[in-house]
Amino acid sequence: MYAGLWRLLPGPWWLRVLLLVILAAAVLYGLFFHVFPWVSATFLPQEVTVE
Amino acid sequence: MVGILGEILITLGVVTLLFVAWQLWIGDVIYGAERAAQAEQQSEIWQEEYEEQVQATPQATETPTPAPADSTADPVILAQPADAQIFGIMWIPRLGPDYHVNIAGGVTRARTLDPIGIGHYPGTQMPGEMGNFAVAAHRTTWGKPFNRIAEIHVGDAIVVETPDGWYTYRFRSLEYVRPSAVEVILPVPQEVGVSANDRYLTMTSCSPMYSLAERIVGYSAFESFTPRSAGAPASLTGGVA
Repeated sequence: MYAGLWRLLPGPWWLRVLLLVILAAAVLYGLFFHVFPWVSATFLPQEVTVE
Repeated sequence: MVGILGEILITLGVVTLLFVAWQLWIGDVIYGAERAAQAEQQSEIWQEEYEEQVQATPQATETPTPAPADSTADPVILAQPADAQIFGIMWIPRLGPDYHVNIAGGVTRARTLDPIGIGHYPGTQMPGEMGNFAVAAHRTTWGKPFNRIAEIHVGDAIVVETPDGWYTYRFRSLEYVRPSAVEVILPVPQEVGVSANDRYLTMTSCSPMYSLAERIVGYSAFESFTPRSAGAPASLTGGVA
């Protein structure tokens, strides 16, 4: 999987590393700001009120 | 084929660990900073609106001298807010000079507690009103506004800022109750059928941390209202003992 991704990326090795870093940053952003908040709000109960 | 499967499993494991890190730490850093920035901005907006209003009022320009800093007045009572409508900011100097979190109407996670911070129990009284101003907030995750509720000392100031000014409450006690203990948000906390005899602030959150088993409840009693014309009260600017 990751070997395939490496072959898919264009350019010399330093450009591929740069692209991978950007890709990883984008994935982390998506996880931290969208996926994880949704998982937390949807699946993890948190009760702070009396009812 | 096995190599690909292994990589997928490793990736899932890493994502799971990342989620744990986010839930326990990274998410709070992100949301905590966001909450503080939002409240700071809200406070500045109210101050600017007030200053514009003063400039627009002719008689106010004739008497530009502000009232003494410790002057207090009869509290202005806000109307009940709409769901998710921000009407106040809570300041707790004990938890740091940069502790300020927005307060909005309603106590649903989806509309108030997760995206805004502190929620006001609908139907309970408003700041400065006779009775109980009852609010709830997360103690863990989502910026955890009430994370350090158990560290507030007796007598510490809890200041609620609204467009009209600052309501100073003094922290009185903590209590641990069952989740069904709705009596804690009655006009007189824990006193069924008693009409309001004072102005209280009740804060509820989860207890123990990360648990659904109980609720932690913090009670404070009203001390004074400082109108915006008098400037921020000493309870807010004076630091903590």
